Amino acid sequence: MRISWKAAIFILLFVLFIYVSFTAKPVLPIRLAGSTAFQPFAEKLAEKYMEEHPSITVDVQGGGSAVGIMASQQGIVDIGMADMLSLPHDIDYLERTVVARDGIAVIVNPANKANEISFDQLGKIFSGEINNWKDVSFDNAPIRVISREEGSGTKKSFDQLVLNGKKLTREAMFQDSNGTIRETVRSDPNAIGYISIGYLTSNVKPLLIDGIAATNENVKAGIYKISRPIFLILKANPKDAARKFLNYLLEAEAQKIIASDGLIPVK
Amino acid sequence: MNKFIETIIEKSIILIAFSTVAVLFLIAFFIFKEGIPFLAQYGLPGFLTGSTWLPGEDKFGILPMIIGSIYVTLGALIVGVPLGVGSAIFLVEFANKRIRNIIKPAIELLAGIPSVVYGFIGIMVLAPWVRINFGGSGLSILTASIVLGIMILPTIISITMDSLTALPSVYKEGSIALGATTWQTVIMVLLPGAKSGILAGIILGMGRAIGETMAVIMITGNAIRIPTSLYDSVRTMTSNIALEMGYALGIHRSALFANAVVLFGFIMILNTIAILIINKRSK
Repeated sequence: MRISWKAAIFILLFVLFIYVSFTAKPVLPIRLAGSTAFQPFAEKLAEKYMEEHPSITVDVQGGGSAVGIMASQQGIVDIGMADMLSLPHDIDYLERTVVARDGIAVIVNPANKANEISFDQLGKIFSGEINNWKDVSFDNAPIRVISREEGSGTKKSFDQLVLNGKKLTREAMFQDSNGTIRETVRSDPNAIGYISIGYLTSNVKPLLIDGIAATNENVKAGIYKISRPIFLILKANPKDAARKFLNYLLEAEAQKIIASDGLIPVK
Repeated sequence: MNKFIETIIEKSIILIAFSTVAVLFLIAFFIFKEGIPFLAQYGLPGFLTGSTWLPGEDKFGILPMIIGSIYVTLGALIVGVPLGVGSAIFLVEFANKRIRNIIKPAIELLAGIPSVVYGFIGIMVLAPWVRINFGGSGLSILTASIVLGIMILPTIISITMDSLTALPSVYKEGSIALGATTWQTVIMVLLPGAKSGILAGIILGMGRAIGETMAVIMITGNAIRIPTSLYDSVRTMTSNIALEMGYALGIHRSALFANAVVLFGFIMILNTIAILIINKRSK
């Protein structure tokens, strides 16, 4: 009895193995990894692409911009995604394209009286020179600065644009995603943070910077300054399929989807 | 034939048992391999006592994280131990069978809740409550202590219950026969009798608190500085590794492994103490 049980399991496994090896697609997937700001868009477009090309699989992962750069440099992925002002020079030899632009909104709690700050004040808040809301609006309350974690492309771009060489205040708290920054600001009337414009909801209030609202139109027109490009980086000697997918992302149809979901298309 | 199969099964089970040990050694070996060269280069004292962590400028001091871990863990014990030991005493000595059958599974369920859910409740419910009632940002040592205190309850309760029920019944009978009340019996006879078991449970709970990452990242605010009050934001050693390991390169990455070496040391010491205490009891 025992033997026949084992035989049954063995045969079952064998049949499964044969079945899987004959039905599985022999193609290697196109792999993307990196920027969490672009990840949801890449996932959506990948799904659409796979519907149109059933023989191809596209595998999208996050990890952050630094992962996108490192992985494409080492050839671990076919396409690395990175949102930052400029890519590091040690990957100058890799082919890259800007697939979209993304604005960064500065957010506070809806209960906060501040509606507008100057670009200069913003820099001073994040460097710690201003640490009380009374210097900005009328509330006398400590400002709680919330930053993205080290290595986030959003943080890198924001620090470069806003801090302008100064150091982030040591009082700053860190959250590791757009969503958690939004939740923290939403629950704290004295907090200030920054997220991608696409992640804005009615639970938080985006501040006007020098009188200009953080909207895609203003970023596109070039008057809202806090934004950065999203790069797609091809690994060295990319396969044709990866290049085709990259071109697909730049086509009008894909760019329209990117625009309708909150990023600024390049075409 | 049967004997042959028997031997094969026996050998493979031995192999499986040893592979667990091998995995442990591989993990330790890997962490130390990556971390020790950094410590040798940077210097252990500077690493342990430096209060600046700026990977961009090659400044790696983990004192704020060590203090953060210690504060949060101690806070968790202050919340969790009285609650846990108290619940265990109630369940073993005072509760009738029906109540026990309700509470015990509920506590076990508590252990099955993913830590991200604890973190979410911490950030959405507890943090605003702490901010409104105590000030600060709400993402603080206090919030983390409460959440972690609840998270370590199942460990403390189940081990305390085990060690209380393992006591010979003559202890209790003798004490009652001498005229002590149930409460006096608990305080003067049963708790001292089960002391080492309860301590072991507390230390295991402590290990869980110091190693917890996801919930802690969500509710401590992760500021890198030495806290001055209960309502300050802190970063623990585990959060530091989890927040930065994803993209760290070069010396920054080695520094995080060195951080893991320190954490490993902390947890090894705790577990060794727990094992020593448990062994002492069984003698």
